[in-house]
Amino acid sequence: MTSSPTVGVDAEASTPTPSSTPARPARARRSFSWAWLGLTPFAAYVLLFLALPTVLAVGSGFFTKSGEFTWSNVAALGDPLVLAGFANSAGLSLVTALVGAIAGALVCYALLGTNPEGALRSSVDAAAGVLAQFGGVMLAFAFIATIGIQGVVTLLLRDTFGIDIFAGGVWLYELPGLVLPYIYFQIPLMVITFMPALSALKPQWAEANLTLGGTRASFWARIGVPVLAPAFIASLLLLFANAFSSYATAAALASQGSQIVPLQIRAALTSETVLGRENLAGALALGMIVVVGLVMALYSLVQRRAARWQA
Amino acid sequence: MSRILLRRALGATAAVTVAALALAACSGSADAGQSAGGVDAATATNVAAFGTFEDLEAAAKAEGQLNVIALPRDWANYGEILDLFAERYPDITINEQSPDVSSAEEIQAAKTNEGLDTAPDVFDLGLTVALKNTDVFAPYQVQTWADIPDALKEPTGLFVGDYGGYMSVGYDSSKFAAPTSLDDLLTPAYKGAVAINGDPTQAGAAFAAVGLATVQSGGTLDDYQPGIDFFGSLQKAGNLLKVDVTTATVASGETPVVFDWDYLNTAHQKDNPAFKVVVFDGTGYAGYYNQAINKSAPHPAAARLWQEFLYSDEVQNLWLKGGARPVRMEAMTDAGTIDATLAAALPEAPAETVVPTEKQSAAAGTLLGEKWATAVQ
Repeated sequence: MTSSPTVGVDAEASTPTPSSTPARPARARRSFSWAWLGLTPFAAYVLLFLALPTVLAVGSGFFTKSGEFTWSNVAALGDPLVLAGFANSAGLSLVTALVGAIAGALVCYALLGTNPEGALRSSVDAAAGVLAQFGGVMLAFAFIATIGIQGVVTLLLRDTFGIDIFAGGVWLYELPGLVLPYIYFQIPLMVITFMPALSALKPQWAEANLTLGGTRASFWARIGVPVLAPAFIASLLLLFANAFSSYATAAALASQGSQIVPLQIRAALTSETVLGRENLAGALALGMIVVVGLVMALYSLVQRRAARWQA
Repeated sequence: MSRILLRRALGATAAVTVAALALAACSGSADAGQSAGGVDAATATNVAAFGTFEDLEAAAKAEGQLNVIALPRDWANYGEILDLFAERYPDITINEQSPDVSSAEEIQAAKTNEGLDTAPDVFDLGLTVALKNTDVFAPYQVQTWADIPDALKEPTGLFVGDYGGYMSVGYDSSKFAAPTSLDDLLTPAYKGAVAINGDPTQAGAAFAAVGLATVQSGGTLDDYQPGIDFFGSLQKAGNLLKVDVTTATVASGETPVVFDWDYLNTAHQKDNPAFKVVVFDGTGYAGYYNQAINKSAPHPAAARLWQEFLYSDEVQNLWLKGGARPVRMEAMTDAGTIDATLAAALPEAPAETVVPTEKQSAAAGTLLGEKWATAVQ
């Protein structure tokens, strides 16, 4: 009983080609190659348009407006309002990432039963690809038009069913109001990132489990969850970072009080009533980079483990 | 200016947007600075430096371009003003850059693009930003300089008030009774209905709304706390609406009651004829925007021609048509050149008017930075 599963798994893992493919590039790297040259345009692009602006922006946090070195901007990160902003951002990101990840994973699971080449699967794939990027002002406006105070759905619910979704106040333009629009782009992103992991669950594993007298529950407990956990956590972290850095949707919806960090950066940069705080924006950006950096470091750790099963 | 419109929120920084727009719209003007007559336009402080007004026109036409920034076409009738300039001077191409950026971003655009022919030539700025950045401006006095009240211009002409108005409350009269005082807005009738054009820690118009609430609550501009408290109560009453106000939100009825400059509220009547404007009795809060010329303007003669154009009778009346009070209004009323019908259509001016000093603005800015976010939470 104890020896037979090992045979089955080993047989599965060693026979197909995928396990040997990842090794090939590593071997090729040992001999000298000009292959890196192909990466140069992309590397230059990333350097110019991502790394350099990041360094400049964060660097500005360490200087006064007149160019002298200072810690005061970075010290301002301890300000209660700034801390509240980080807490709000993190809370919002966590809630929408969790909801998005769970709902997205369920969608993936439902899709698993469909034909991978079929019309349903490809339309959901396509829709997810588009909707994951449907953030920003268009999304904010879509929500105003549907569940705003004069929104189609709001009025329908109120006039036809007598349900006033804003009975307790207009929550759409507050921090909690951001949860729905965020989830709207988080779920499709989860579908895109998690689907490949779920498709990697080989039917043979389930068959092996059944053959050996396992149940549905034991399949998920012993095989499904352990195999999928790293991919799920990696996707969750990606969703967190995605929400944490979102800006435009919030800017259009919650105009008062700059309650999340990206809006505080906007305020510091463009305010025409409180002047001379441009460099604080650099310090805030530094704070965000630290948070996202941590999340991404975790992501790559988890991803490395997840990649094992995705060959 | 407080063009916190939705487009702004797209997230590009001013510099990037300006550069991109300008690159697309602007070809070079090789002989910037030195006009045909050998006049150095960049240092001219009045039309006499060019000779006659016709010489100024000729110098501007030789430059062939004018870069303006932060002039939304639905703001104080700027659309019509820009079109009139284009019609009168077809040889001068107007490059309308980043119409929705803030005053602070106008200055950033000038600094980022300094030395390029894409830099803005002229600015339209809130007072706080104008006072802080006089080192970026070139002094210039238009021909109608004497008509401009001393209180509304920098003595050498570094920046000059151009149009202004009173902080007002616009409301959809088909759904709400006219508010007669601040306290009316706290009643349940206005539940979830009252919005401010922007966040007062960012936008001049919203800042002025808190100033108005302060003086209407019996406070003075030395301390904006009563105004902050008012909006705090408005939030507690569930009446404050935090969505960003745009023409679209007013047209759709999403923001039925709006604190904004009277000329901006008036402009919404185009989309919603039932939208009415109230300037409360008692102390009013006024604000003027200011024109200034970029010291290193790539088209210095065109920049100066634009100033002469803006301060002409005709364009002052165009601002009036947009519901704003042009800076030469008093002198033009005396001279009989003001459009009397348009002037009569303006909301009645309050008995007493206040404008914050630079010091009061700075103190209020600091206070708002500390208190606003928690007050409206």
